[in-house]
Amino acid sequence: MIESAHDALLPAGPQAVALANLWWVLLAACVLVFVAVMAALAWALWRAPRATTASAPDTPQRAGEARMRRWVGAAVVVSGMLLLLLLAASAFTDRALAGLPLGDAVHIELTGHQFWWEARYDDADPSRIFTTANELHVPVGRPVLLTLRASDVIHSFWVPSLHGKKDLIPGRESTFAFRADRAGIYRGQCAEFCGWQHANMALLVIADEPGAYEQWASAQRAPASAPASDEERRGRELFATSTCAMCHAVAGTLAQGRRAPDLTHVASRLTIAAGTLPNTAATRAAWILDPQQFKPGVNMPPHEFAPQDLAALGAFLGSLR
Amino acid sequence: MKSSAVAALSLALVATAACERESRRFDPPPPGAQVGAQADVPAMIAHYERNAYALAAGKRLFSWYNCNGCHAGGGGGSGPALMDDVWIYGSEPMTIYQTIAFGRPNGMPAFGTRVPEDQLWQLVAYVRSMSGLASQDAAPNRNDALEGKLPESLMDKPQAVTSSPGGTH
Repeated sequence: MIESAHDALLPAGPQAVALANLWWVLLAACVLVFVAVMAALAWALWRAPRATTASAPDTPQRAGEARMRRWVGAAVVVSGMLLLLLLAASAFTDRALAGLPLGDAVHIELTGHQFWWEARYDDADPSRIFTTANELHVPVGRPVLLTLRASDVIHSFWVPSLHGKKDLIPGRESTFAFRADRAGIYRGQCAEFCGWQHANMALLVIADEPGAYEQWASAQRAPASAPASDEERRGRELFATSTCAMCHAVAGTLAQGRRAPDLTHVASRLTIAAGTLPNTAATRAAWILDPQQFKPGVNMPPHEFAPQDLAALGAFLGSLR
Repeated sequence: MKSSAVAALSLALVATAACERESRRFDPPPPGAQVGAQADVPAMIAHYERNAYALAAGKRLFSWYNCNGCHAGGGGGSGPALMDDVWIYGSEPMTIYQTIAFGRPNGMPAFGTRVPEDQLWQLVAYVRSMSGLASQDAAPNRNDALEGKLPESLMDKPQAVTSSPGGTH
């Protein structure tokens, strides 16, 4: 649907690089041990005494036993050393993950909901704080510090191209930091089963060059653009006076619900419904009429709008760039 | 001996088939549907009041739609308390539905055009469960957050005192 990277072995940040390296070290060690064990097994089978009709079936072969014992002893020592090596590699990886410098970090409060992500970009100046959903834009080369929360059940943040996993636990705040070193679109996924639509709870992390990021952030800080036509104005009216406004917010209008994704700049996003559908006028309209058809169990109820009302709502939503 | 045990076991299995498994509907009626259009209104009301999902959804919507702003968790604030057995307009489901959908004088707003039919009935069922009027084995039995009041499933059903509108309490 959207071209996005979702691969722990194609790392795009320093921490993902450390994790990918650890993965390769583990793979190499396991392959080495597996090959050695299989070779020893093949050698043992090859060298095993063959029973004949003349020989007794269970004749112990005492000859060379001391030599065997030395081999087994050596294998135990090598295994122990390999395990210690892996332990050390794991500890050094942990240090590398925690060692990300956090100066001038972008601070985002990320809240997991059934089944979407709410992102609040924090700022020392309250007028520069803004909220978006299901799509994080981050500047390339600058660290990002996430404060993770959950509103209902346990979720887990996982963008394999950028970092490992971290759980979002209701009533328990945690932090998580990462940095993207290459521009691109990285797909994230809720990694802790959170209900029926757990699989459709995706998150896109879009790493922009710093200039493009600042441009995006200042556009997101702006309230919704004023309606340009009568139809858009009617759509805004409908949005604020019907079911929509009970849960959704559009900054600069009367709609200030905080229980569903903030739609102030919904048309600027790549997907709707947390990565379930591409974001087009047609999918938005179909989604409004019957969300359960695309995402059964989602909290948004179906709606019945007259065709001209739906068109007006669609025009309004399409203007929220 | 063995065959009688098998027979008893299969009989018990057959008996469990009679247990009603609560179902959650994913095709709620569209907001345009009117109550009068429902074939059997009492049966529909009973469906919501005996359904644990509907009651729990009502409880969640009660906080989502900021009913707490005036009714403060059922204890009352600038709006009347909902967890006692005093009803200004009566405790009938249809009356509560009308209160939520069309509003009442002195501050209760009308939510009829803003809240879908299905959710209105979930709210009605939940509001009744706050004073023990809905099925207690289906009512929410645990609060998500620390709260001073008892969970809805432990609310005693009020005694059959008849309170006239605006009566002395």
